[in-house]
Amino acid sequence: MVDTGITKKIGRIEFTLLSPSEIRKMSATKVITADTYDDDGFPIPMGLMDPRLGVIEPGLRCKTCGLRVGKDGCPGHFGHIDLAMPVIHVGFVKDIRDCLRATCRECGRILLPDKRLETYREMRERYIKEGKDPALVLKMLLNECKNVEKCPRCGREVGKIELDKPTTFRENGKKLTPSEVREWLEKIPDEDLPLLDIERKAARPEWMVLTVLPVPPVTVRPSVTLETGERSEDDLTHKLVDVIRINQRLQENRDAGAPQLIVEDLWELLQYHVTTYLDNQTSGIPPARHRSGRPLKTLAQRLKGKEGRFRSNLSGKRVNFSARTVISPDPYLSINEVGVPIEIARELTVPVRATPHNLEWCKMMVKRGPAPTTEDGKYLPGVNYIIREREGMKQRIKVTEKNADDVSEKLEPGMKIERQLMDGDIVLFNRQPSLHRMSMMAHKVRVVPYRTFRFNLSVCPPYNADFDGDEMNLHVLQGEEARAEAEILLKVQEHILSPRFGGPIIGAIHDHITGCFLLTFNNRKVPLDNALQILSAVVEKEKMPKIYKDENGKSYMYGRDIFSALLPKDLTISFPAKVCSHPPCDPKDCPTKTCVIIEKGVIKQGVIDENAIGAFKGALISRIIQDYGNDGGRKFIDQVTRLGIAAISVFGFTTGIDDEDIPLEAKRQIEETLENAKEKINHLVEIYRRGELEPLPGRNLDETLEMEIMRVTGKARDTAGEIAGKHLGLNNSAVIMAKSGARGSMLNLSQMAGCVGQQAVRGERIHRGYRYRTLPHFKKGSLGADAKGFVSSSYKKGLTPTEYFFHSMGGREGLVDTAVRTSRSGYMQRRLINALENLKVEDDLTVRDTDSEIIQFMYGEDGVDPMRSAGGLAVDVNRIISDIEGGR
Amino acid sequence: MTKKRFNILEHELVPEHIVLSKEEAEKVLEHYNIKPEKLPKILASDPVVRTINAKPGDIIKIIRKSRTAKKAVSYRVVVEETTAPTLMKK
Ligand SMILES: [Mg+2]
Ligand SMILES: [Zn+2]
Ligand SMILES: [Zn+2]
Ligand SMILES: [Zn+2]
Repeated sequence: MVDTGITKKIGRIEFTLLSPSEIRKMSATKVITADTYDDDGFPIPMGLMDPRLGVIEPGLRCKTCGLRVGKDGCPGHFGHIDLAMPVIHVGFVKDIRDCLRATCRECGRILLPDKRLETYREMRERYIKEGKDPALVLKMLLNECKNVEKCPRCGREVGKIELDKPTTFRENGKKLTPSEVREWLEKIPDEDLPLLDIERKAARPEWMVLTVLPVPPVTVRPSVTLETGERSEDDLTHKLVDVIRINQRLQENRDAGAPQLIVEDLWELLQYHVTTYLDNQTSGIPPARHRSGRPLKTLAQRLKGKEGRFRSNLSGKRVNFSARTVISPDPYLSINEVGVPIEIARELTVPVRATPHNLEWCKMMVKRGPAPTTEDGKYLPGVNYIIREREGMKQRIKVTEKNADDVSEKLEPGMKIERQLMDGDIVLFNRQPSLHRMSMMAHKVRVVPYRTFRFNLSVCPPYNADFDGDEMNLHVLQGEEARAEAEILLKVQEHILSPRFGGPIIGAIHDHITGCFLLTFNNRKVPLDNALQILSAVVEKEKMPKIYKDENGKSYMYGRDIFSALLPKDLTISFPAKVCSHPPCDPKDCPTKTCVIIEKGVIKQGVIDENAIGAFKGALISRIIQDYGNDGGRKFIDQVTRLGIAAISVFGFTTGIDDEDIPLEAKRQIEETLENAKEKINHLVEIYRRGELEPLPGRNLDETLEMEIMRVTGKARDTAGEIAGKHLGLNNSAVIMAKSGARGSMLNLSQMAGCVGQQAVRGERIHRGYRYRTLPHFKKGSLGADAKGFVSSSYKKGLTPTEYFFHSMGGREGLVDTAVRTSRSGYMQRRLINALENLKVEDDLTVRDTDSEIIQFMYGEDGVDPMRSAGGLAVDVNRIISDIEGGR
Repeated sequence: MTKKRFNILEHELVPEHIVLSKEEAEKVLEHYNIKPEKLPKILASDPVVRTINAKPGDIIKIIRKSRTAKKAVSYRVVVEETTAPTLMKK
């Protein structure tokens, strides 16, 4: 049942302007002194820290309401500053401009005849009824007013109003003082306000010019006392001091009849201070700065942006029971686990309510004190706090070595203990940026020595973590419901299959893949002692491999059999291997015999590589989860990673720059290829110069030439790579890694051994730099390969200075692209999330919002959960057929 | 002389729109346990709505081609004007 009833609905939220009289009415005191405290440290009356504005020191009582600080205490009270001269409010300059443009300075009426006003009134009514923005009507009205030359009512000549950012208005180029603006706005009659998109009840236009400034309560701008005893005031207080100071000087000068010039200067200064008090990032004026040079954080800055009140304190907050430290790998942990350093485990706690059933256990825990160990010095969880609730008063008692026994005796059912972390506790683990739901998963705690968080390497891909100094966060769940939810929904094993593409996002990486590849490639014969050592790493074996004897009587096992020890006995599957160079290949008649056929849990043919067990691709992992569930999948990944590491450790594996060594003959061939390519390019350029180049359809001559050259350079690199590749076989570590999908690609290798290739900026050969040439090393107008960023050296050989420069240009573009992309896509994602976060798939598979309005009648139109699908599809027909065939 | 107008219903990118009868509409609402205003909306001024001559309050069944499900059915209620929440009080 979907409940369509709305329980509560916000009818509307109204924002109105404060009128000067309202500001005075709510003011607890007028503020006239720019100073805060006197020499004895007491607040000065009618100063910015006047006790009538509220209190910040505990114990003191507020002079206005008589309450103390704290919850249900004094909320603080506004004061006010009477401005000697009016100033424009920066937040409303656009509205003021519109008002001035639409009305007559003489009579204050809108510059249109009554008939037109009536039309606009009707249009406005209609817009509101239809739910359109009535501000659009104002826009049209303003457009019409632009062409009016004389006021239709009093005949006054209409001046051209300009806004000189940020706060100066001009009529026909002549400056309008804020006083003049205010006088003008005062003349606008109430009945014309709706057409100016101003609600009479909400505001009078002249209120947009300030004559009195509210002073926020001290609770809004508390001062802090440094250790040195020095007082440090809030940025707002600093700014208010400035306002009061200038205000005073302005008042004195005006009253003393000072020259107009001086008064005007001070008036502008007051405008500057009020403007920056409201918004210190107003364009067109320098931001007000602290003595240290740091720009002040004034009103607008408190609310705006990522560090503002909304995003930093309301949408997201700091939390307790969390920890952050550097991460490091631990292949002996399960993917579901996380290693937590002892120091952190002692600090983070889980609340346990004492009941008659667990009272003895709780007492025992408390008795241990805050830092217990076993007799041989191993970690034991202790208790940090005991929480007693009496008559609504919460009392926290810290458990110490000394009081542990006493406190333990006093423990009663109903009290809570805050117990330190222990093995098996469930926690949330997170790495920023949290771009998808797998960025925050639940792990089981394993308390470990040293100072880093540790986890299984297979969990790196979902977090996008590596160990070059990455830090991660950990949150301890505090309630039973939270723990249950985390256990069922958030555990790592529930996220092995990604909801993005229906394949595994958690799986073997790097050495795991290399290890399994070495074990199964060419069905390696592994001497018995080595085989047993590898097998000993696997804790949960499905079966033991058979032992064979060779002609010398030496016992050995087959690598594929060793790997098969992990496979469930009834698993039958076949899939193409990554190393197989004949895609798409039918494993049954694979020419290289590398594609995998598994029957009844035994590898009959093929080699285990990225396509079998890798994160993102692993067909074996997908299948095992489909057939044996997330538990089976977790076990398999845990074991496969251990097996891979054991195998690679036993066989030994290393790579170095000599993996890219190729014979002299090959080097000569590559050089020849590159020479040919360069000649070809020179030839192309020559034809082009002679005007004999045939343009490609839809391209001009220059484009055609560039395309042809790019093709030649691309081909040259590929050929160089092929030549190098011919001498880099599967006995080469780097090639093993590339071909098995463990790390790197053949392109990487051919760039190291063969030739780096054409460098490009914006998809074109490099053409920027000096006049008519890229660098002064080349002739002007040169179009040859070298002059336009072709790098014919290999990384191993090393780049020439010009090549190096071009390579850096290409590399820089990549860096800039990523920097730009992340910020843009981040903003895009924020908006998408805000728009979609409250949608929910209901029981009937419709997608509805919180008002239970239907968004989609069937989730994804087909109702399929990609995480539980076969690569995005509801059913895998081939799988069903092969199952039936297999069962025959 | 009247120009022969192009029939948008025949355009490949315009999905099939069917005006539901009272009984059919009733059935749809019951199936989804929903009030008409909770359905997605379509303006009475929408070209297709005008072509098939649907009136405000009618429920239209739309059958689209779908990449995931081949055919996707959805329903929309015809409205006079948008009922999107306004910024101003009425
Ligand atoms: Mg890193
Ligand atoms: Zn108070
Ligand atoms: Zn006038
Ligand atoms: Zn094959």
